[in-house]
Amino acid sequence: MGYTKRYDGRKFDEPREMKAKIGIIPRALGSAFFQFGDTKAIAAVYGPKTMHPKHKENPEKGVLRCTYDMMSFSVTERKRPGPSRRSQEISKVSEWALAPVVDISDFPNTVVDVHIMITQADASTRCAGLNAASMALAQAGITMKEMVTAVSIGKVDDKLVVDVDKEEEDHEEGEGATDIAMAFTKSGDITLLQLDGKIQPEELKEAIKLGKKACDEIYKKQKEALIKGE
Amino acid sequence: METPNINQQKILENIAKGIRLDGRKLLDYRELEIETGISNKAEGSARVKLGETEVMVGVKLGIAEPYSDHEDEGTLITSAELLPMSSSDFEPGPPSIEAIEIARLVDRGIRESGFVDFKKLCIKKSEKVWGIFIDIYSINDAGNLVDASCIGALAALMTAVFPKYNEKEEKVEYGEFTDKKLPLTKQVPFTMTFHKISGKIMLDPVTDEEKISEARATIAMSKKGSKVVINALQKGGKESISQKEMFEILDEAEKKYEEVSEKIEKLIEKSIKARK
Repeated sequence: MGYTKRYDGRKFDEPREMKAKIGIIPRALGSAFFQFGDTKAIAAVYGPKTMHPKHKENPEKGVLRCTYDMMSFSVTERKRPGPSRRSQEISKVSEWALAPVVDISDFPNTVVDVHIMITQADASTRCAGLNAASMALAQAGITMKEMVTAVSIGKVDDKLVVDVDKEEEDHEEGEGATDIAMAFTKSGDITLLQLDGKIQPEELKEAIKLGKKACDEIYKKQKEALIKGE
Repeated sequence: METPNINQQKILENIAKGIRLDGRKLLDYRELEIETGISNKAEGSARVKLGETEVMVGVKLGIAEPYSDHEDEGTLITSAELLPMSSSDFEPGPPSIEAIEIARLVDRGIRESGFVDFKKLCIKKSEKVWGIFIDIYSINDAGNLVDASCIGALAALMTAVFPKYNEKEEKVEYGEFTDKKLPLTKQVPFTMTFHKISGKIMLDPVTDEEKISEARATIAMSKKGSKVVINALQKGGKESISQKEMFEILDEAEKKYEEVSEKIEKLIEKSIKARK
């Protein structure tokens, strides 16, 4: 049998409806909103600015710092406000996902802060967050080699699917669900890859190829929003 | 107080004449926008924009244990996070004193006004009651987060519905909503924060005005019958407020309450209709 039809009727390689917008937080240097279906993320960029705490300064180049968190009411059961182990790990991998394209070497001792907040969650939150963050960095005018685009690829039972939602993430029949978050530069380098579940190496290769293809589509949305402006 | 920047100097020069840089009169609020139902996972939620200031507020309901001195009443916990994304003045970390103050002012206004009928939130006396969580997040700080937060909390409460409660297993089935609303009364509270700059009293400051504010008084008011009552009041800031100034604030607050409360309720109703 296997997974023959997606819960919400999408094609296997079809992401949920996307919305993207920049300039949503006037106080920030750059900001953006990105939505995959019911998953909504906002991001804001501040800096380069003085680094606090001071011991984290790098005298050779600027430092990129990322924070990710979810609003307490973005999930069905209230999440305690404030950082958790999960959010701290996602903050770090988001930082690693963006760092390869950001060039702040001309700003020693400073920090560029990227803040990501999930306002409504239906899986793939870190990917939506990264898509917003990448747009916010671009709007802020931070030197970037290229854009970063993220998507989650799921292996739901025996099928690979693009942009996993909560229902698919919780799929238990057959081989269950494996969620793979990934981000690529425009030219195709991997800057984020995270998975938990069960998947064979060959299948993962397929998933990565599928992910890059999906990101090419998502990138168009990001670019459109950046051109459109505020 | 920080050294005034050019904008702040301009504010000081003009305020004596009763003029503000954005053209408002001293006691005018900026344009208010309210959008409700912004998170489909929350029992109630709202986005409030006061000029460029933006907050998002969510209400979550859960099962809680009643306080021992109010055995047959539901509980209320209000928290606020001043997100670093909303201003370069905010740092990540545990809630700052500013965040705590905002949460407590909103909490006291709601609690003391009798806006929520806590007795109707009792499930089983001294054992089980409904607990209301109000969580406030600043999205863009352009001044006066307190008043925006309070309006957000009201809108979120007014749109909140109960989640499904499984009586057999005595637990909440999250994600499934009923159409039963929170037990609210007509005693709608909201805060007005008055600031004193160069001896002048003003409302709804933008960031630069807030930064040179000498003193402030946040007043949470509601209406009981035909009378306006003060439910919470807090004087803040390093300078004093004379009795004469305080009396002026109280007079203005009473006048302003009618005007603003009507406007807020209308906007909330309008946003609920817009969703349907």
